Amino acid sequence: MTAQARWWPGRGAIALLSRNFLVWRKLLVPSLLGNFGDPLLYLLALGYGLGHFVGKMESLPYMTFIASGITASSIMNTATFEGLYSAYTRMSIQQTYAAILATPLEIADILGGELLWCAVKGLISAMAIIVVASGFGAISWRWLFLALPVIFLAGLSFAAIALCFTAIARSYDFFMYYFTLGVTPMFLFCGVFYPIHTLPLPVREIALVLPLTHAVLLLRPLLTGRLPPDAGIHLLVLGGFAFAGYILALRLFRRRLLV
Amino acid sequence: MPGQWQPPLPAVNSVRLELRALRKSYGGHPVLGGLSLQISPGECYALLGPNGAGKSTTIRAIQGLTPLDGGEVLLDGRPVDEWPGGGRGFMGIVPQSDNLDPDFTVSENLRVYGRYYGLSSRVVQQRMTELLEFVSLQEAAQRPIQALSGGMKRRLTIARALIHQPRLLLLDEPSTGLDPQARHLIWQRLRDLRRQGVTLLLTTHYLEEAERLADRVGIIDHGRLLAEDSPAALIQTHIPGEVLEVRRQDGMPPDPGGWHQGQVAASERAGDTLLLYGPDLSAVRVHFAGDPDVRLLSRQATLEDVFLRLTGRELREEENP
Ligand SMILES: Nc1ncnc2c1ncn2[C@@H]1O[C@H](COP(=O)(O)OP(=O)(O)OP(=O)(O)O)[C@@H](O)[C@H]1O
Ligand SMILES: [Mg+2]
Repeated sequence: MTAQARWWPGRGAIALLSRNFLVWRKLLVPSLLGNFGDPLLYLLALGYGLGHFVGKMESLPYMTFIASGITASSIMNTATFEGLYSAYTRMSIQQTYAAILATPLEIADILGGELLWCAVKGLISAMAIIVVASGFGAISWRWLFLALPVIFLAGLSFAAIALCFTAIARSYDFFMYYFTLGVTPMFLFCGVFYPIHTLPLPVREIALVLPLTHAVLLLRPLLTGRLPPDAGIHLLVLGGFAFAGYILALRLFRRRLLV
Repeated sequence: MPGQWQPPLPAVNSVRLELRALRKSYGGHPVLGGLSLQISPGECYALLGPNGAGKSTTIRAIQGLTPLDGGEVLLDGRPVDEWPGGGRGFMGIVPQSDNLDPDFTVSENLRVYGRYYGLSSRVVQQRMTELLEFVSLQEAAQRPIQALSGGMKRRLTIARALIHQPRLLLLDEPSTGLDPQARHLIWQRLRDLRRQGVTLLLTTHYLEEAERLADRVGIIDHGRLLAEDSPAALIQTHIPGEVLEVRRQDGMPPDPGGWHQGQVAASERAGDTLLLYGPDLSAVRVHFAGDPDVRLLSRQATLEDVFLRLTGRELREEENP
């Protein structure tokens, strides 16, 4: 019996989103440096280094192939990191959620605000890569306006999954399970560096239920000037992860914070 | 400076708080055992109880942050979960441990918190100036939270709890760990707020704090109300007259023969001390003054005497499962 009954975030989510944005703005320079620096290193090392030997992949120059892949994996990394470490810090170390729950905001607002913020950060990191990769001529801007909402949706789904882990974590160490069993395998097997059809069948089938695969299958065409085939299915999978992750995270956060 | 300050907040529309038979247990261990309280509009009520008595749990329950096993919290006669936002829109909360936002400065803390209540930045800006003055933190406005002393953090937490001009202020041990200066400033401010009509519920371990601030005091233990009244009435009811503390220099129990029993209204042994209570203890004082080994302390009865008599003298931390 509590007053925390709402399932959907209200305007309060925007208040939390803007709180996180204000904190981010304070550390703008180092944060953006990471957003621009990392992809530059990846593109130089893999695009030029490895690309020299690979030549073309799926009839795209390797630099172009990998630029879209790294865009997708960077959304995953950024949204996941924010949803795990940063959200856990706010919830547990800083007791920010406890302070917020004394106001009319409910857990649904906090969760909604965090999800939006994680997706915004995913979008920022993806944009940084798109800008850098455009400098190498590795991105087509033709369908960029369609790619942006896809990037945002992908950010929401990775964040929703991450927040479920945050809601049950007892320390930062717990996140290593998800990294080793979730994030790293997705990074390596979901089509970032090579197309998944080269994988042996059972592995490919596993890859097909993972969200990063669908983000890559949407973003690679969109960022190289084509419209993705089977877009509906991919969008459905990403939306499904975001929705199911949200509902599960909400239940877990209620159990954690309302004691 | 405390005395000269003019209240920045308009007189508020006071709220009546009622707790009806709150029940709550953690892992089979009852923490609230059917606690009922009524706090009138504009009243200052102090909740006292040993560690683990259920004070913080009660405060959380009022905010709707603890699923209860039974009972109801009502504001102005209406259950909290029927109020928009659980009624938290007009409650201000000072939690037991500070949870200021360490990512922000003092003024940013107030600004960001105001947004959670949906206040416009113009309104927040204006109240912020007033509130920082109210808690004497004008000079610290641009400081990061890490650079504040414990007393400054506590004052900022109080300012933060007032940003939306609450009608009910819940303070969980507002002055624990503060020096006398900071404590006196906080007391002054709480009296200012009470004068404006804010209903106050505070928990404390400083019985002197309760004695000075509260219109009524409730003493709870194991989530049950043991006694409730004005501080003066509680003392009068539970402690007959003055108090004499008798101790021996060698640490042996004083008056082993029990001579005092016929002479006083009540007595109690606590460690090396014999506590005697009665309307007139002058004869007893004369009797013990003859013994050079005995040290006497004569004093007025306080709320602390009531508290210890009602809740016992054993330590509490160990009994929790
Ligand atoms: N989340 C929890 N899980 C299990 N037990 C809890 C939880 N929160 C509180 N308790 C237990 O409930 C009891 C009452 O706790 P509460 O914090 O309300 O006491 P309190 O009166 O505020 O004590 P203190 O004076 O030490 O602050 C304690 O025994 C405490 O251990
Ligand atoms: Mg407490």
